[in-house]
Amino acid sequence: MLEDLFKTVRSRFDVDLKSDRKNKVSIPADLLFKCPRCGNVMFMEDFNGANKVCSACNYHARLTARERLQMTIDKDSFVEYDKDMMSKNPIGFADYEEKMEKLRQKTGLKDAVITGECTIKTKPCVIVVMDSTFMMASMGSVVGEKIARAFERAIEKKLPVIAFTASGGARMQEGILSLMQMAKTSAAVKRHSDAGLLYITVMTDPTTGGVTASFASLGDIIIAEPKVLIGFAGRRVIEGTIKQRLPDDFQSAEFLLEHGFVDMIVERKNMRRTLSKLLRHHGYPGNTPDL
Amino acid sequence: MSNLTAWERMEIIRNKNRPTVKDYIPALFKDFFEFHGDRFFGDDHAIMGGVGSFKGRPVTVIAQVKGRNIEENKDSNFGMPHPEGYRKALRLAKQAEKFHRPIIFFIDTPGAFCGIAAEERGQGEAIARNLLELSNLKTPIISIVLGEGGSGGALALGVCDELAMLENAVYSVISPRGAASILWKDASKEKEAAQALKITAEDLVSLGVAEEVIPEPAGGAHNNLELMVEHLSDYLERTIPKLSSEPIANLLENRYNKFRKIGEFTE
Repeated sequence: MLEDLFKTVRSRFDVDLKSDRKNKVSIPADLLFKCPRCGNVMFMEDFNGANKVCSACNYHARLTARERLQMTIDKDSFVEYDKDMMSKNPIGFADYEEKMEKLRQKTGLKDAVITGECTIKTKPCVIVVMDSTFMMASMGSVVGEKIARAFERAIEKKLPVIAFTASGGARMQEGILSLMQMAKTSAAVKRHSDAGLLYITVMTDPTTGGVTASFASLGDIIIAEPKVLIGFAGRRVIEGTIKQRLPDDFQSAEFLLEHGFVDMIVERKNMRRTLSKLLRHHGYPGNTPDL
Repeated sequence: MSNLTAWERMEIIRNKNRPTVKDYIPALFKDFFEFHGDRFFGDDHAIMGGVGSFKGRPVTVIAQVKGRNIEENKDSNFGMPHPEGYRKALRLAKQAEKFHRPIIFFIDTPGAFCGIAAEERGQGEAIARNLLELSNLKTPIISIVLGEGGSGGALALGVCDELAMLENAVYSVISPRGAASILWKDASKEKEAAQALKITAEDLVSLGVAEEVIPEPAGGAHNNLELMVEHLSDYLERTIPKLSSEPIANLLENRYNKFRKIGEFTE
């Protein structure tokens, strides 16, 4: 059992997804899902029906921000903030604009975070959802600004904030401006906290780098999805520093729970209900009883 | 100001004779007492801090420690702090707030340490906590980058009312080497990356991140420590009274806005 856990975590780091194509059997991407963690194969329909969780190893696969919203909030309750905000190329980084434009076409997103207001089982909140399909949800000016504004609007409206985090870290193409977004978002969290308002973080795969070292680690309550990667430094960087292989469960949600940096691990199928009940505990009763 | 490339400046700050806080603290502050430990886990020698007097005014000094030789570097882990270093810094910063002392942070680090113990003890959380608490700490804060400002590990001592950089100092979201290996899969292209990332003191002032460049003696701080100390002293003598005379509410509002306005976007 324990070995299985390690094996699945190891495969997350070691399996080169591209090498799958060289395997004898090629899998049509739209028909079957092959778990990158344990190799389990599911019909895409079943995988989607299971909230994109692997039936064999409980790997909580990455979601787009839209999928996350759909799964989490009340239907038609979402009012998006700042949906047209787009980054510039502040330090004139080569190919940055072209890369961003391609990603906008591909994902339908303007940048790596969606923010707005919604209700969860009729309880109002401000929601922040990062999307790892957009440049690994790295944090540049737009991500930082949208998150800071989300907290500021939550202060004005006396609303709690729920942030689903996922990120490879700061966006190096925006140089030092990206680093400063860590300070900007953390300062906004502080003001929201000083106003006596609730902030819940939900760490999803992968929450790393400058996002871990800023607003993601500052929730009143920190939740993680099972087996997701959470850490400050990249695994390869650490292995390079210490010149040895890391334990396979290193930087997993379970590792962080054990070391005291996560309050609880919540499965996706229970997330909406859990958030709803936590909101109720903090003075947002909503209009309907929790079931 | 001399017209050097980012790479040429990096070579100057890597000079083995470049002064460190161990040179600056005794030269700038009278009766300095070093305080140790984060009260949770241990005492990280990559960050030192304590109280001293600057021109008759008590100040809290918190600094990242680069070694001047191998022994010192082993002791201070080449200036790469663990979480307990950041927590010690926060403890001493809160002490400064309690006793209404201005804080002077000296930044000089390749970055927060990347290792197993650092992750186990919450490197990310420790840095995040400093960003949050310093954003609203009720006392003036000055941060000065002496040499290397390495990413989040530097920013954890860099949430301030004024950021100054020594003329040849650099401050970057990622090391040029790291950027080169990610972008071009070739760490040897760090020269190009150093240029592209806009990391020099001048770059940071023009990007609205740093307020001031403190001039270095010709060829770098190591060529004339006395003159370098004089320039640092002049800067502090101007800046501490200016920030201290500001009502705290204004100071905090300005500090919030200093970071709040950084970022470029269209909508």
